[in-house]
Amino acid sequence: MAARQSAPQGTSLREICVGLWRDRLNPSRGGTGRETPLGHAVHLLLFLSATLGALVTVGIVFVLIFETVEFFGVIGLGTFFGDTVWSPLIAVFNETTGELESRFGIWALIWGTVLVAAIAVVVAVPVGLLAAIFLSEYAPPRLHAVLKPVLEVLAGVPTVVYGYFALLFVTPIVQDLLPATTIFNALSAGIVMGVMIIPMISSLSEDAFSAVPQSLREGSYAMGATRMETALRVILPAALSGVIASIILATSRAIGETMIVTVAAGQNPNFLASPLEAIQTMTAFIVQVSLGDTPAGSIEARTLFAVAMTLFVMTLAMNLIATYVRGRFREQYE
Amino acid sequence: MALVAAACGGDDDAAASATQTGQATQAQAEEEAQAALSGTIEIAGSSTVFPIAEAWAEEFGLATDGVHVNVASIGSGAGFERFCNGETDITNASRAMHASEEEICDANGVAFIEIPVAFDGLTVSVNVNNDWVDYLTVEELAKIFGPTGFAVTWADVRPGWPDTRISIFSPGSDSGTFDYFSDVVNGEEGVQRTDNTQFSEDDNVLVQGINGEAGAVGYFGFAYFINNQDRIRAVPIDPGAGAVRPTIETIESGAYAPLSRPLFIYAKVASLSRPEVKAFVEWALTTGRVLVDDPSVGYVQLPGALYEASLARIAAGNPTGALMASAPEDATLADIFIE
Repeated sequence: MAARQSAPQGTSLREICVGLWRDRLNPSRGGTGRETPLGHAVHLLLFLSATLGALVTVGIVFVLIFETVEFFGVIGLGTFFGDTVWSPLIAVFNETTGELESRFGIWALIWGTVLVAAIAVVVAVPVGLLAAIFLSEYAPPRLHAVLKPVLEVLAGVPTVVYGYFALLFVTPIVQDLLPATTIFNALSAGIVMGVMIIPMISSLSEDAFSAVPQSLREGSYAMGATRMETALRVILPAALSGVIASIILATSRAIGETMIVTVAAGQNPNFLASPLEAIQTMTAFIVQVSLGDTPAGSIEARTLFAVAMTLFVMTLAMNLIATYVRGRFREQYE
Repeated sequence: MALVAAACGGDDDAAASATQTGQATQAQAEEEAQAALSGTIEIAGSSTVFPIAEAWAEEFGLATDGVHVNVASIGSGAGFERFCNGETDITNASRAMHASEEEICDANGVAFIEIPVAFDGLTVSVNVNNDWVDYLTVEELAKIFGPTGFAVTWADVRPGWPDTRISIFSPGSDSGTFDYFSDVVNGEEGVQRTDNTQFSEDDNVLVQGINGEAGAVGYFGFAYFINNQDRIRAVPIDPGAGAVRPTIETIESGAYAPLSRPLFIYAKVASLSRPEVKAFVEWALTTGRVLVDDPSVGYVQLPGALYEASLARIAAGNPTGALMASAPEDATLADIFIE
């Protein structure tokens, strides 16, 4: 049955290709309205595909903004950014007033998020950069052909697997070395998250290294420089904008990562917690609330969107900075 | 949509096959009638009641050909919300329905029967390497879990205990277990300290956490302790008349106080008119009773008279409303559910 169906599909695909090819050959091509009907259909399909992604983004941003505005209509910006205790679902005893109240201090969640991401970056940057230098400047082509795909497999491992790897394998080791470590902690989650983002840094940096013209390398060798001197003093500075952009993108990925921190880092929003303690990231909070059944429209549910908005603004800012750095500090060799 | 269609289909066949076997014993007839049922039963609610409902769903599914029983573990409060919106046929609860929740059910025209199904001994557990805690009084529990307890190390709980830091692992705010525990220990439902605490709606995460830290303490339904006895240690509780360990016997007799509590299911009357839902609930309260204290489930059966009283109500199809919510504080289950 499958074989019978594949024949007409093959024909139609071929027809499209032929149609496109004819369009290409048509000398009056380029908006004169003489495209074949098939060409129009393909154009429309391509246009719809491109706009769909953009529309979804606009929709998400719109919902985020709408719900966040509703949230800040009840909980002031001053409360959100002026407090360090996060407990929107369960009331906390206030020592000064002697009363129980919900607390909405986002800094406890931002601390957890930044702490884990920072640990991940500290792990991933040296390893990723050195891997990129090795792959680009040292590895023979055969080794390169094996190493690079294998390294990139790291990025394809499901993050829930990383989460349990952190909780069941890394945490016991960390607890042996540092007995003060609690079962859920920022350190293990951060280390494993660092492993996860290594390929982002190594691949993107290697691309940047490869983009450096061969003449620069040859010039450096001609001056009598060793391979290491060439890599560190000529190639790395020349590719710095790409390297920094890769680090920022990897950081942004770490900030948005969800499963690893949900499984291994804990559910304990804790401002200025040490890496050995349980923390809660913004993403883990969103998971926690989503797992329960907070009534839609309640302030607790809107809290989700306020946190998501904060997260979105942070990652968007990182991505914009990465784009800016890549454009602004690019060294042109033409 | 599938629910409605399936429910209509099953009825006549079941009745017909039951009539044909007039000479066979009643039990055989029932079995055949059961096997001919079809449809989907939607159940949601408490993670504490979940092991019971899951066992029922499995066994009942084996006894019938076409009935699918979906059980979701989302917490008692969340379960009531979905139930009163008319989304589920049966909801599981580790605490009785509140009057405020009943009002929502009433407003949406959801009439229901409140059915106690088991006793649970809410179990306070510590790490297996914790060799200092011999028992805890209710006051000491409040020092650990209360919003104004402020016990940071075990030495703050009782002089002489080591100054190991306390880490708390607690069910989340959607959980009936949390509601019940905070009410009994902290004196007000929904109130508990939040510092040094990890909240999770997944009881397995709590077991994992307590297993991983020497200073850890947490609580959950008896079933989760029974099934993880090699990983965590249950703490005997002293209500003021001597420490009592949670066991099936002490929970059944009520000696394990104040953390013994009844568990409930709530069945929508409209759903009970569907033969597969009615058959499921009746089966659960008769044949399925033994699954309650099956080791893989780990709770305690109620006295038979309580099940009989519920079966009579189901047969009559009379909604009960939230009986527990309107009952006086000191009424026993028998006072409330047996006329």
